[in-house]
Amino acid sequence: MNISMLRSSLAVIALSLLPFSLLAQTAEEKGLAIAVEADKRDEGFGDSTANMTMELRNKQGDTSIRYIRIKTLEIIGDGDKSMSIFDEPADVKGTAFLTFSHAVKPDEQWLYLPALKRVKRINSKNKSGPFMGSEFAYEDIASQEVEKYTYKYLRDETLDGIDCYVIERYPAYEHSGYTRQVAWINKAEYRPEKIVFYDRKNTLLKTLTYDGYQQYLDKYWRADQMNMENHQTGKSTTLTWRDYQFKTGLNDRDFNKNSLKRAR
Amino acid sequence: MRRILAGSVVGLAVMQMPAIAGEWSGYVSGQFRGFFEDPVDPRQHNTYLSAAAEPRFFQSWQGGDHNLEARLFYRVDQYDDNRTHGDIRELSWTGVFDTLELTAGISKVFWGVTETQHLVDIINQTDLVENVDGEDKLGQPMIKLSSAQDWGIIDFFVLPYFRERTFPGVEGRPRPEVVVDTDSDAIYDFKAGQDHTDLALRYSHYIGEWEFGLSYFSGIDRLPSDFFPIAFDANGQPTAVVPVYSLINQAGIDGQVFFGDWTWKLEAINKEYRSGTRKGSHTLQSVAGFEYTWVGFTGGVSDLGFVVEYHYSDANKRETIFDNDLATAVRYVMNDAQSTEILMGFLTDADTRTAAGFIEASRRFGQHWLLEAELRTYNGTEEGRPLYSFRFDNFVQIDLAYYF
Repeated sequence: MNISMLRSSLAVIALSLLPFSLLAQTAEEKGLAIAVEADKRDEGFGDSTANMTMELRNKQGDTSIRYIRIKTLEIIGDGDKSMSIFDEPADVKGTAFLTFSHAVKPDEQWLYLPALKRVKRINSKNKSGPFMGSEFAYEDIASQEVEKYTYKYLRDETLDGIDCYVIERYPAYEHSGYTRQVAWINKAEYRPEKIVFYDRKNTLLKTLTYDGYQQYLDKYWRADQMNMENHQTGKSTTLTWRDYQFKTGLNDRDFNKNSLKRAR
Repeated sequence: MRRILAGSVVGLAVMQMPAIAGEWSGYVSGQFRGFFEDPVDPRQHNTYLSAAAEPRFFQSWQGGDHNLEARLFYRVDQYDDNRTHGDIRELSWTGVFDTLELTAGISKVFWGVTETQHLVDIINQTDLVENVDGEDKLGQPMIKLSSAQDWGIIDFFVLPYFRERTFPGVEGRPRPEVVVDTDSDAIYDFKAGQDHTDLALRYSHYIGEWEFGLSYFSGIDRLPSDFFPIAFDANGQPTAVVPVYSLINQAGIDGQVFFGDWTWKLEAINKEYRSGTRKGSHTLQSVAGFEYTWVGFTGGVSDLGFVVEYHYSDANKRETIFDNDLATAVRYVMNDAQSTEILMGFLTDADTRTAAGFIEASRRFGQHWLLEAELRTYNGTEEGRPLYSFRFDNFVQIDLAYYF
């Protein structure tokens, strides 16, 4: 948790102590408060590992599959560190990404190319590009930090029987592919149920839906399935998550250029 | 020496082998190479077929703290006896001990940042018969000790055996008119010869947007320092040569930094000859330039990248064609499910106006097939210019590989 997050959480606490001022809470303050609470509820997971299947579908229904293993290390006060290792397609087997994510300043990212045994630093400022040909942009799969957006509470709404806050968020970092995102946040669990993305021209671009939420360590919610549909191209990508494990004992030494080269 | 290393690696692996099956992967591929004109030398051909395979094996123990990795490469070429060759690209064990990492066996490492020439990258010998771009490398016997600290990564190498560069054979194409004979013994202009133990040290780190490395190598230069004629025609002109290998000390720096969507890159080496006719002389070489990526340039998801790199060398022309050259390339990345990419560019010598052009394209089909196509051209190849030997050697190459 960094200073601005601390300040915003303090603001939330202060507001809750003063019920009358709640009336004066602006839509922006309420949107931020929801994001801060959601972030707080995911704090303290330490580290996690998971296996992910990525299924790409085009308009004609042709599919293409990628298998990716993901390791994440929670960094308190900054974005998380993560490593993504490709198992399939076979020609990119062993290719791996190491990412040190940050709230607003650009992430540090390295790509390991196993055929050349080359570690290449990637210019990750522009995260609007697609991740491995999928409908997920790099910015969609990046660690979600409160400071990455500014917020605005829109309304309460029931989505498929779930009571949700609907908030709008605006990227605070440069080079985003979006003008805004509209997110449906589960009121009880503060987890996203749906996010709608609007492109740079503010035209409807994509819809992300979360399915099969499971709770780990009695606290952390992770969706088994995330489906991203591109309304402009008719393409879609489904991420299916398996074998989630938490607090596996990963540390900083598992997230450097040497461990990137050893990743398989 | 190589056999001893390989033996001890396998021994180590067997010693700690619990009943976990390793993981096999790799590829088999077929290749076609076709030339547009008849060859300079009638012993060469216009079309070549070839097939290659590279099975890979990987096994790890103790949560990835001990790894055994193998990559065995073999190629069969229709005509070129030198290109029909095998290599142990990798047969190594790696152990992790806290911040230390030890690798023993045959392995490969890559140093550097630039795209069109790899100056500081000296550990592995070039497998030049594979492709003229020199990107393919031979496995190098080594003991490598690496330490990852908060202040950077230090790598120390002991390299106990020298791998000689591969060159196309008499029937191979493209090749220089004068054949480099790798069946005859190469010349080492110092006592220890091929068994000389080379040493290398590298420090690399990053600070924010800056990435940099410092390296030092003491041993046999991977690039021959000269070629010695061993066969002559009726006019006394050499028809075959053998490479001459020399000892060097080489200091290298490499670095890159991001400015917006621009990546600026630099590699430079200072090479000092320690043996042979050049003993005591120095050469300075550098490559510097930028890469600019235009993300989503059509308004869609594809990227357009530009690479511009300038090559400089104060050495004489015979040693390197990269003496005062400009490399320019455009990379089109579709970011589609098939990972379609096209890279095209030119390397132009500012003094002689000789140019080498290339187009490389690749696309995946289904989950397992990868199709790669290449076009290479040589321009400004009039008599007396550096690429005169290659004047009829423009060619296309198509590779179809099945990955498993």
